[in-house]
Amino acid sequence: MSEKIKKVSIICSKGTIDSVYAALILANGARMEGIEVDMFFTFFGLDAITKKKMDKLHVATVGNPALSMPGGLPFPTIIGMLPGVEAAVSVMIKKEVEKLDIPSVSEFLEIITASGGKIFACKLAVEMFKLKKEDLYNDLDGILTVGEFYKRAAGSQIIFI
Amino acid sequence: MPEKTFGNFTVEVDKSGYLADMDDWNEELAKEIAKEVGIALTDKHFEIIKFIREKIKSGESLSIRKIGKSGIVSIKEFYQLFPDGPLKKASLIAGVPKPAGCV
Repeated sequence: MSEKIKKVSIICSKGTIDSVYAALILANGARMEGIEVDMFFTFFGLDAITKKKMDKLHVATVGNPALSMPGGLPFPTIIGMLPGVEAAVSVMIKKEVEKLDIPSVSEFLEIITASGGKIFACKLAVEMFKLKKEDLYNDLDGILTVGEFYKRAAGSQIIFI
Repeated sequence: MPEKTFGNFTVEVDKSGYLADMDDWNEELAKEIAKEVGIALTDKHFEIIKFIREKIKSGESLSIRKIGKSGIVSIKEFYQLFPDGPLKKASLIAGVPKPAGCV
């Protein structure tokens, strides 16, 4: 068997439910295996660590050809465009997630912090979205430049989502 | 099923090395398994192990989140008590099957 992964650096660059959960589940799963974790949230991924937005993330109902109706039929983009549809679909997905005993984004972040995982925000994105430290997740481990991120990521596997 | 020896105990284990039958478990055996993974069991460890055994016996699956909500330990303490893969290690010592979930 090949050598065990010691550390992963997970970059979350998107703010949709599916992308954010992929990043959170990979991070938590790594900690469960005893793998060290850094999470780096950038661009729209910052929504996942922005207090006002973290539990209100949406799934894209337009431009998402993989989306299907509950029965499996294709989800017509023209319906996804209607007001309220994206919010309703997002609520439905969050309910399905809850059924699988998967926590909300805010609780998931707390679990990862308690597990010893580190949560970072991208400095450039924070400035671009004009966010302040108090707008972000309470237990944030810091706001990093790209250079600082790479320095911390030395020797780790980097995962971009 | 392969057999494995922990101290004075020889028990059947599955292919991942977890006890094949959770009823083969006892506290002395738990201490020997724990020794193998580098943990000296305290009363707190046993409280968690017993919680895990109860849940598995009643057919529930476990997650880090459920352990955190058990009222026995916080998630942080759980990671400190069973370092490097707490749910797997605690399940191994508790004599229950390897946890199969992703969270």
